[in-house]
Amino acid sequence: MSIGNRQSGVGHREDPAETGPATRDGEWVAGARPSTATSGGSDNPAFEYVVRLADDRLVLGHRLSEWCGHAPILEEDIALANTALDLIGQASALLKLAGEIEGKGRTDDALAYFRDAIEFRNVQLVELPNGDFAVTTVRQFLFDAWDVLLLERLVSSSNATLAGIAAKALKEARYHLRHSAEWVRMLGDGTAESHDRAQRAVDTLWPYAGELFLTDAIDEQAVKSGLGVDVASFRSAWLETVERVLRDATLTRPADGFAPRGGRIGRHTEHLGRMLADMQSLARAHPGAAW
Amino acid sequence: MVAVAEPRREQILAWLEEVKDPEVPVLSIRELGVLRDVEFIGDDVVVVLTPTYSGCPAMRAMEDDVLETLRRHGVERVRVSTVYAPAWTTDWMSDEAKAKLEAYGIAPPGRVESDALVPLRRRARVTCPYCRSKNTTLRSEFGSTACKAILFCDECRQPFELFKAI
Repeated sequence: MSIGNRQSGVGHREDPAETGPATRDGEWVAGARPSTATSGGSDNPAFEYVVRLADDRLVLGHRLSEWCGHAPILEEDIALANTALDLIGQASALLKLAGEIEGKGRTDDALAYFRDAIEFRNVQLVELPNGDFAVTTVRQFLFDAWDVLLLERLVSSSNATLAGIAAKALKEARYHLRHSAEWVRMLGDGTAESHDRAQRAVDTLWPYAGELFLTDAIDEQAVKSGLGVDVASFRSAWLETVERVLRDATLTRPADGFAPRGGRIGRHTEHLGRMLADMQSLARAHPGAAW
Repeated sequence: MVAVAEPRREQILAWLEEVKDPEVPVLSIRELGVLRDVEFIGDDVVVVLTPTYSGCPAMRAMEDDVLETLRRHGVERVRVSTVYAPAWTTDWMSDEAKAKLEAYGIAPPGRVESDALVPLRRRARVTCPYCRSKNTTLRSEFGSTACKAILFCDECRQPFELFKAI
């Protein structure tokens, strides 16, 4: 438990500067920010790239698993748990690959359970609390629509293992999208209350979707080496899918504006640390336990 | 090291017919498409499997069953390797395997839908495995395991599962 509390304490500070390495030795300087690509992480760009792919899935998968036993209807309880399983399975395969690329003997479990919030590379969208069913559904839809486009391109990765994982994940992602898109339609085009909740969810989450399409030096290197894909290249295709479903759902697409960022370099919302405290407490209380 | 004569590939494959999907015990892992190959590397027998779904919890049980089954037949040096490519698809399932599924009460997978955004009302109708009626309704995209969905037959009033096409 003490480990869980400590972890939560690190993660929920609001100022990202406080979580950066600059504060660790007490030499914090006003206005200092963690260095960009390596805050709490590695200087191996291929490792960083694969960890980003993995962490989106691990964090979203864990968030979805929090619905287990709490979803509004039994069928959706099962659906959310199944989607969570797919995402966590994908994360496990990707973290194994990342560990191999890194070459320091870290397993998928070591990477999932023994990294702190600043070492996580997921977009902030996936770490946000589940909210109501509309928030969870809309977040899933925005992610799934992006994920399908990403994986369709990642199947051509120069890394054969990554291409294989992507081809497998793509089938699952298409099924997830089919499910989440259907629910966005049902909620948006449902009752007055479900419509309002769905619209609120779209308005709240829209800014966070922007981070899905941001790129930096890590992405550029991955694209150049053939390992990764250029997310910016399919933003218009994503918009097309999203706008089509929102229109079917009688929901309004918000205007683009300020987009939170930083997840890819370890700057997270206060929510991730709390989530990790929950997710990692068992593995940290009983390191090496097997069951 | 135990001196076991290296059994032929066909013999190993025949023994592996005993390994069934723990959740769908009428299908062997070969019929399911999870068993991809048997290789001989040095003194080891390597059974190559591919997961149905990335996070399918039954994969571990299938791996354990493979090891236990072959050891029971005297194959001591055996291990399992997992491959992701080519990605598992229900298209690998033979008509014979699909018939077994249907007889077991699970509607077999149809064709894989290419467009994920096809609205529910425009998707192909599933035939009830009990009364063969097409008057059925999708109740849940996901079922008791990762590979199944839940439907209801409006004719014979029977809920049933569908093996999802992916």
